[in-house]
Amino acid sequence: MSRPVLLTGGRLLDPSQELDGPGALLIRNGRIEACGPDLVGPDEAEIVDVGGLVVAPGFIDVHVHFREPGDEHKETIESGARAAAAGGFTTVWTMPNTDPPIDDPAAVGFVRAAGERAGGARVYPVGAASRGLRGEKMTEVGELVAAGAVAVSDDGNPIWNAGLLRRLLEYTQTFDIPVLQHAEDGELSCGGVMNEGKVATALGLKGVPNAAEAGMVARDCYVAELTGGHLHVCHVSTREAVEQVRRAKERGAHVTAEVTPHHLALTEDAVRGYRTEAKMNPPLRTAEDRETLLDALADGTIDVIATDHAPHHYEEKEREFDDAPFGVVGLETALGVALIELVESGRLSLGGVVDRLSCAPARIMGLEVGTLRPGARGDIVVFDPAERWTVDASTFVSGSRNTPFAGKELVGRVRATWVDGKRRYELPKEASPVGEGAPPYVGQSSV
Amino acid sequence: MTATTSSGGTDGLGLGKDLTGLQQLSCEQIEGILDTAEPFKEISERRSKKVPVLRGKTIVNLFLEPSTRTRISFEFAEKRLSADTVNIASSGSSVEKGESLVDTARNLEAMRIDMVVIRHGSSGAARFLADRIPSNVINAGDGQHEHPTQALLDLLTIRDRFGSIAGRRVCIVGDVRHSRVARSDIWGLLRCGAEVAVCGPKTLIPLGIEELGVTVLSRVEEAIEWAEVVYVLRLQLERMDAGFVPSLREYNRFFGISRARLERAPGEITVLHPGPMNRGVEIDSDVADGPWSLILPQVTNGVAVRMAVLYLLAGGSPERAESAKEAGE
Repeated sequence: MSRPVLLTGGRLLDPSQELDGPGALLIRNGRIEACGPDLVGPDEAEIVDVGGLVVAPGFIDVHVHFREPGDEHKETIESGARAAAAGGFTTVWTMPNTDPPIDDPAAVGFVRAAGERAGGARVYPVGAASRGLRGEKMTEVGELVAAGAVAVSDDGNPIWNAGLLRRLLEYTQTFDIPVLQHAEDGELSCGGVMNEGKVATALGLKGVPNAAEAGMVARDCYVAELTGGHLHVCHVSTREAVEQVRRAKERGAHVTAEVTPHHLALTEDAVRGYRTEAKMNPPLRTAEDRETLLDALADGTIDVIATDHAPHHYEEKEREFDDAPFGVVGLETALGVALIELVESGRLSLGGVVDRLSCAPARIMGLEVGTLRPGARGDIVVFDPAERWTVDASTFVSGSRNTPFAGKELVGRVRATWVDGKRRYELPKEASPVGEGAPPYVGQSSV
Repeated sequence: MTATTSSGGTDGLGLGKDLTGLQQLSCEQIEGILDTAEPFKEISERRSKKVPVLRGKTIVNLFLEPSTRTRISFEFAEKRLSADTVNIASSGSSVEKGESLVDTARNLEAMRIDMVVIRHGSSGAARFLADRIPSNVINAGDGQHEHPTQALLDLLTIRDRFGSIAGRRVCIVGDVRHSRVARSDIWGLLRCGAEVAVCGPKTLIPLGIEELGVTVLSRVEEAIEWAEVVYVLRLQLERMDAGFVPSLREYNRFFGISRARLERAPGEITVLHPGPMNRGVEIDSDVADGPWSLILPQVTNGVAVRMAVLYLLAGGSPERAESAKEAGE
């Protein structure tokens, strides 16, 4: 039995119980035992003075790609889970488009077990929706869930067959899991490598129009409405898709949606100069789309932030734009990007961002995390909401460095993360701010 | 004129190390290149077509996509300036064995070369290379991005014909979507003060092209009525297979440049084409071979323009071009 931990001197921030104020938090036996302003821990507790930093429920990312099995040179489950913890995430959902894909119970079991060994964030596998991600035949959804899958998706490949999507949205209701859909009409996006429009035209690159996403989102929402199943729309990138999600919710369909930090922060202009670190799918869109996404996340049309963390090796990105793979890493910069784009811009409170990163994903996916209530799992993030830091990709815990934010200044930095009451990340001493007025280092514990 | 003769092999026009496109060039720089081409035109008319301007320079023609005209034009330009040249094509080379572009470039660099002329199927490839090696890089066509020396020879041909580029009305007709030539010509013509329109079936006009500063005309009759110069793009035959146009016959009927259409033009019309032509598709033979056409003068000018670019990137200046031609530098 591990020693209880008492986090003192923090700002307890938990939108799930409308909590925001000074106080302490006690973790025992992997669970939150108590939290409040006048809490005193038991004598044997390890006392960690967090020096005024924010103590919040650990973040949840329902969309990451760890490349194991198959592409371990990009990311392993271990490096990914540790990178997640470094970004303040305590639960991540790994997409099944590995090589081979996670489309049978043994593969689900492998990811689960590797996640438990990793010593980072909790890893929940998303199973494939169709065998081999081919979009033809449904996987054994029940068996996948029994083996530990939390959702199904063909992410990377859209489920283009509406009949299959319908059956999935019906069948998954027995197991109470969502279908996560990467919405993209391949006939419209055909060969595209960035947003279609003036920048693509000037660069001579093939474009992906907004309609490629919005058209499929519209269709999917109607299928969700037809079936009553839970459709989760991955990485919404266009204003038209936001509109479809909003209307579907108004009609009462069980539709939820996510947006990535990079779509909140960047536009197609980031591609200029053929910058492959700004190549991802869906692509970065226009300023108008970005504004709509920020508003939609603030007003709840888009429920959660998810990173779509997609590691690629340096050599794979260091090539002609057409030939470079899609995707960027995001776990270790998500908080800093979200605080700049949402809090500094005045769109959301700090609590609002914690909600979109933690409480909301738990709420929409029915997870028993994302809260500091007594009895909840001991998933905690401690972060400094004011620290300005410059992204240095060479210090990433992730196995890959493909970030569009290298060299950019972000606001808000994770100092430590606990998963089930175990400390899984601590900002290295040399990376923490020094000098006058700097808050004490989280690791300075006293008994 | 920005007469920065800075270090690092830049020339009197401030072009920098490379020529990857016309988008980033000023009118003065473009006109300066055309001015430099003037004295070089004459070399190709001599009985002995060789001057020592680039003697001792090593140039690699890295053509990773098929090309006849552009490659030969560059090769003539290089040889007439006395450079040593090596040609690399993708088939039979290390590229075919899967070597990356950056590794190919570094290996060439290790053999101590001076310039690379690159043709590549991916947009941005010339810039990618230029950012990674110290040699001068000249873009001979990258994907659907730019083909700057083609546009320069087009501009020179227009200037020869009209005396100036400013104020000319030029309409680019055809497959603008897939054309690097169209993009380079649009940048170059706009920089030099021409009015530019594009015309073609909407399937072949890229979204957002108006924001580059051009007008979109949807009927070729409008184009001919408006323009002084009709720039006819090649319709690549695979576009028909991909469904951009229903048939070549239909394309010719509605967008082909024919004698009958030109004869209805209100004013004089000049026709240009970057080659190779599909006669009877985008252009009829009696136009290509008729009084409107400056298609062969374009090809002749190509060699002079490429000589000028090679000379300038090697450190030459427009003022010294005439003397360099005879003495070598």
